[in-house]
Amino acid sequence: MTQKVYMTPNPPTPNNPIEYNASICNGCNRCVQICRTDVLMPNPEKGQPPLVLYADECWHCGCCVQECNRPGAIKLVHPLNQSVVVTWKRRATGKHYRLGMKLPPRANNKPPSE
Amino acid sequence: MVAWQEYVQRDGSIPEWPYPVRYGNEHRIKTDVLVLGGGIAGCHAAINARRQGVKVMVVEKGAVKWSGSGGSGVDHWIAACTNPCSKVTPEEYTEVAMKSNSGYDCGPLRYISTSESWDALLDCGKMGIQIRDVKDEFKGADFRDETTKLLFAYDYKTRTTIRVFGHNVKPLLYREMRRLDIDIYDRVSVTSLLTVKNKQGARVIGATGLNVRTGEYYIIQAKAVIIATGLPGRIWTFSTELRSTFRDFNNVGDGCAIAWNAGAAFTKMESSYGDSGAFGYIGYMMGNTHNTWYGCPIVDARGKEVPWFDRDGKLLKTISERFQPSRGQKLILGLGERIPSDRTNQIMDLAPDLPERIRKGEFVLPLYADLTRLPEQERRAIFGLMVGNEGKTRIAVYDALTKAGFDPDKDMLQAPVMPPKGYESTNYWAGMDVPQWRLWGSGGLIVDWDLKTSLDGLYAAGGAIFGSGAHSSAAASGRYAGRQAAAAAKTAAEGQLDNKQIEADKARVYAPLKQNEHNIGWKELNAGICRVMQDYCGEYRSEGTLKAGIHLLHDLRESEAMQLHAANPHELGRSLECQTIMTVGEIALQASLARKASSNYLGLNRLDYPEIDPIDWQKNISIMQSDNRIETNDLPLNYHLLPPYAPNYEENYRIHCGLEKSRRQK
Repeated sequence: MTQKVYMTPNPPTPNNPIEYNASICNGCNRCVQICRTDVLMPNPEKGQPPLVLYADECWHCGCCVQECNRPGAIKLVHPLNQSVVVTWKRRATGKHYRLGMKLPPRANNKPPSE
Repeated sequence: MVAWQEYVQRDGSIPEWPYPVRYGNEHRIKTDVLVLGGGIAGCHAAINARRQGVKVMVVEKGAVKWSGSGGSGVDHWIAACTNPCSKVTPEEYTEVAMKSNSGYDCGPLRYISTSESWDALLDCGKMGIQIRDVKDEFKGADFRDETTKLLFAYDYKTRTTIRVFGHNVKPLLYREMRRLDIDIYDRVSVTSLLTVKNKQGARVIGATGLNVRTGEYYIIQAKAVIIATGLPGRIWTFSTELRSTFRDFNNVGDGCAIAWNAGAAFTKMESSYGDSGAFGYIGYMMGNTHNTWYGCPIVDARGKEVPWFDRDGKLLKTISERFQPSRGQKLILGLGERIPSDRTNQIMDLAPDLPERIRKGEFVLPLYADLTRLPEQERRAIFGLMVGNEGKTRIAVYDALTKAGFDPDKDMLQAPVMPPKGYESTNYWAGMDVPQWRLWGSGGLIVDWDLKTSLDGLYAAGGAIFGSGAHSSAAASGRYAGRQAAAAAKTAAEGQLDNKQIEADKARVYAPLKQNEHNIGWKELNAGICRVMQDYCGEYRSEGTLKAGIHLLHDLRESEAMQLHAANPHELGRSLECQTIMTVGEIALQASLARKASSNYLGLNRLDYPEIDPIDWQKNISIMQSDNRIETNDLPLNYHLLPPYAPNYEENYRIHCGLEKSRRQK
């Protein structure tokens, strides 16, 4: 396997607080415009999802997701040293679950109150 | 293909900075009222100033539409004493808050907050924020008033805290600001206040700022300026590695540093609290029964429920008793307002000896927050309404948990597994305090009954004022300061800017652009400053170590800080924040030196003055700069009720509030 390899610094931590679904995101950059810490930068390629540049400055406020008008385009991902211990137990069965587990239970689609 | 690393590896080139870079290009702007900071306090200030017919400009480091500590939402509105269901007057609430703070609170801020919190909420309602249960989702609930459809939290009897559906509060405030033609400058970080003849203590006539995307420089002339830059952060703890901070990453005390340099007076700058700093858990995403989760049953690994007690140690047999004052208690105060809990205001609580019971094996870890044991409406109020609308929880917690399959009707959310001591407070997600990792206390600008600082032309709102508060007090004080600043701007003459002052600031601002023999980045410097603060301004302080801390900060300024290098406008902005943090840190050190006593109220332990809160020291110490020399003075705790002010809250408010009688709430 031949592959060109570059000198790059280690990935920042958290690695990737904001994940884009390129098939839903249309690169409108609304999230870029409102991110308080400029975590996100417009992609040099028009129409593509933004680049996550300052991952280490993400406040995990979720405003980019709230601002986005294409549901599912952006996912907020908590740092692993935080999310790894977000766990819950089903009262009736005693079964344990974890945020990020390999085979998660079915999503609960009940929206928040508004 | 979105992370920078992936892009570089695929493309083999580094993407160019996406914004035009114009370091040093000047924009000169004139306005009547200039608001520094576009968070909750700043937005309400701008809107209310504009309603008085003056020209208003807002400068914000992030983007006003969503930025600030309250940017991602609000779920409960505190101290709405004038709402139609309230059984508490602003006087009563203020008295309790002042007493619980042992007098170390800002009387004008507190009274204005309790008097106008409800008005500010009504303003929000008019802008489209849902403040009532109009869909009748909670019809018949104990916490609902059937006539007004208002929903209450914590204390269902006295009804001063209102549950609101405020996830979109900032975009709606922003829309109103646009509608009112307020000039909004996003991505501009303030760098200095301009004063008459460049003199400390003289009238404030404008400010300067740096655009953190383009590097352009802003010189803004104003007839009145409002500081609304929130609480300082990143002073004692800074880590981007472990987690983001609980407080807004952008809040480093910019307003505090520039007002200090301009000669404004501060107090309580020596106060701080122990904190888990940047090292706790995801806010509201771990099992707990605090604040937004207040009242949720806590069970152990075997399903045994932890009992609740009132302030007198009486076992509470029902869930509804958790939301009523104790026998003989006037009111219980909401949480989240940073008012110390005491017998007067204290909320119901889990068994106070829970850590001991865990040690003895009576309760087995892990603990869980069991929403399933709550009546449906209480469960929905906590997880659907509050977690669904609170800042940093709608997406980060509600959305993330429900998409991962969490069902509040069936599931119990686990609390962090900690040593038994970690369960002393019900705010489990905060983790355990590390004593030397301090959290900014309630130090800030001293204000009068106009919310004017000690400098003419300079007003303050929200967290920038000393004393404690929350979202609603930021809104209420912003509302009030906006009116006052507009009134002042109407009669103020335009100041003459001093070009030497501007040139000196520009030289400082752009200095980190130069390459040094040994460059240092802003993160490295921030962390270094924090270490000085942890060691020399930590849980225990003394004259020798405080002086050594000041010396170290000065030394940092002259050595490593001179090696700062910024590769782009963003890093330049963060580099300037390091200078701000050094200034704010030095004020905390100097203020700690000035208080030659220990104080429980202020979280201050002086090894050389170990007596706790001696009577002679039950006073505020004001601190300011004059001709670059530090001046400290005594400021009585009740300064706001002494001449030239009236002897009671109501009268001062009536004289100063600037509202017609018909528009004042009863």
